[in-house]
Amino acid sequence: MTEEIIIAGFGGQGVLSMGKILAYSGLMQGQEVAWMPSYGPEMRGGTSNVTVIISDDRISSPILTQYDTAIILNQQSMDKFESMVKPRGMLLFDPNGIIHHPQRKDINIYKIDATELAAEMGNVKIFNMVILGAYLKIKPIVKLENVIKGLKKSIPERNHKLLPLNEQAINKGMEKVVKI
Amino acid sequence: MEKELRLMKGNEAIAEAAIRSGADAYFGYPITPQSEVIEYLMLQKPYETTGMVVLQAESEVAAINMVYGAAACGRMAMTSSSSPGISLKQEGISYIAGAELPCLILNVVRGGPGLGTIQPSQSDYFQSTKGGGHGDYRLIVLAPASVQEMFDFVELGFDLAFKYRNPVMIQSDGIIGQMMEKVELGPQKPRRKPEDIAKQCPWATTGKPVTRGHNIITSLDLVAANQEKFNLKLIEKYKTIREKEVRYELINCDDAEYILVAYGSSARLCMKAMDLLRAKGIKVGIVRLITLFPFPSKILNELAGKVKGFLAVEMSAGQMVEDVELAVKCKAPVEHFGRLGGMIPSPEEIVEALEQKIIGG
Repeated sequence: MTEEIIIAGFGGQGVLSMGKILAYSGLMQGQEVAWMPSYGPEMRGGTSNVTVIISDDRISSPILTQYDTAIILNQQSMDKFESMVKPRGMLLFDPNGIIHHPQRKDINIYKIDATELAAEMGNVKIFNMVILGAYLKIKPIVKLENVIKGLKKSIPERNHKLLPLNEQAINKGMEKVVKI
Repeated sequence: MEKELRLMKGNEAIAEAAIRSGADAYFGYPITPQSEVIEYLMLQKPYETTGMVVLQAESEVAAINMVYGAAACGRMAMTSSSSPGISLKQEGISYIAGAELPCLILNVVRGGPGLGTIQPSQSDYFQSTKGGGHGDYRLIVLAPASVQEMFDFVELGFDLAFKYRNPVMIQSDGIIGQMMEKVELGPQKPRRKPEDIAKQCPWATTGKPVTRGHNIITSLDLVAANQEKFNLKLIEKYKTIREKEVRYELINCDDAEYILVAYGSSARLCMKAMDLLRAKGIKVGIVRLITLFPFPSKILNELAGKVKGFLAVEMSAGQMVEDVELAVKCKAPVEHFGRLGGMIPSPEEIVEALEQKIIGG
C-alpha cells in the first residue's frame, strides 16, 4: 500500500498540522511516512500545501505531480490540484469559498462542510480534524486509535485537554462526508 | 529495548544527532533553509544536559573559526549553513584542512550563485568535492537522501573526521532539510572526558605536560620543500580515503540497461522515475552516491561495460556529471539532466530526459 496525498489550502487553516498528524498516525502503526511542505517566502493568508506519503515500503520521491488523494480547501488549490489527481483517485473538498466546483468525471469526489461543522461545534480551529475524519471515512488507511496516538505526539502537552474535542471533530467528519 | 521512533525534519535530525553523538560544540549563524538546526539545539539546551556548547556566532566566518579552535583542542565541533554562508566559511575550512583537524560541516544547499534563492539545489557539488577554498585539499563529503541518513551521517561524519583528521561535509538540500520522515534515534553517547581526548588526539592542544613537547596547530610553513612534503602527505591520505571510504547504493542495477546516477534528494526523485520507467518495461537502475568524495568511480566503470547509457540527474547545470564521465571513460554514453536555481525536476521530467537523451539519442 502506498497513499500519496496533497493537502492544500490557506496558511492558518491547519494544513501542515493535519498532514503532520496523518504522518504521525502512519508512523504509529509501523508504516513509512514522508511529510513535505511547500516552503518559500510565504505569508499568512497565502496558500499553503503539504505532501504526505504513507506506505508499507520505502518511500521514493517526496515531490510529486500526481496524487492518489487531493484534499482541497480553497479555490486556488482547486485550480492547481484538481488536474493532478490520478484517474480513479479521490478529491475531497470543503465547499466554503469554492466558486468553481470540481469537474472531473474520472475521479471520486467527496464534499465535507467542515467550516460550518467546526463553527457549529464551537471551535473553528478543529476544522482540519473534521476534514481528517472525512478523509479517513473514505480511506481508512490508518486506525483511529493510531490517529489519537499521532495527535498526542504532534500537539503540545498543554493542549492535550483538547484531545476529546479533536476526536469528536474526527467523528463528525466521518459522519457528514458525502459523495458527489 | 523498544526502538525510539520520531517524525522529524532533516534539519532537526542533524541537531538531535549532534547531541546524541556526544558532540562538544555547535557554532552557527542562521540562514534559510537550515535555521532549524540552531533553533532545535537552542530549544533542547544540551548545554544543560550533556554540556555541549551551542553558540550563535556573530557571523559565518566567526563560527567556522570557533570550530577551528575547538577542533585544535581535539573537541567534536560542528557548524552548519547554506550555500552563501558556506562560501563565507571557505577560508576557515581551508585552514582546518591545512591544519589536519577533524570537524563536521553541514551545507543545506540552496539555489545560487550569489544570494540566489532559498529553494533546494545541488549546485555546490564542485565547491564541496573539489576543495571549495584555496590550496590542494579535499573534504570527505556525505550526501544523505533521507531524514534517517541526516541523523546517521552525523556520527559517521565525526568518526571519519577523527579517523583521518580531516573536515567532513554533509551536503544536503532544502528538500531533505525541510522534509519530515520517520527516524530511528540512536542512544545518547557520553561526551569524551579530557583524558579520553588526550589519548585519542595526542596532537591536540590540551595543555602541555612535562612528558611531551609543544603541540602546535598551524597551516603555515614558509619553507616550500616542507610544504610540498606536507602536500604529498595529504595526497597519500586522500588516496587511502578513496580506497577505503567509497559508499554508494545500487538500486535494481542487476538487470538494468540504463543507469540513473544521482545523490541526495535527486536520488529520491529518480526512484520514482525508475518505477515509472519500469512500469513501461524499460529496465532502469540507480547508482545512488552516498559519498560524493570519494567518488564511486570503480562501480560506474564496471557498469559501463554492461549498460547502454547513464543519465546523471542533479539539481545543477552539470557538475557531478563530469565525475561520471571521468569514471565511465567513454565506455557508454553519459548525459546530464537537471533543473536550476531552486526548481525541482518532477519524476516525469526525468523519465522524459532519459527517453530523449539516452534511449532515443
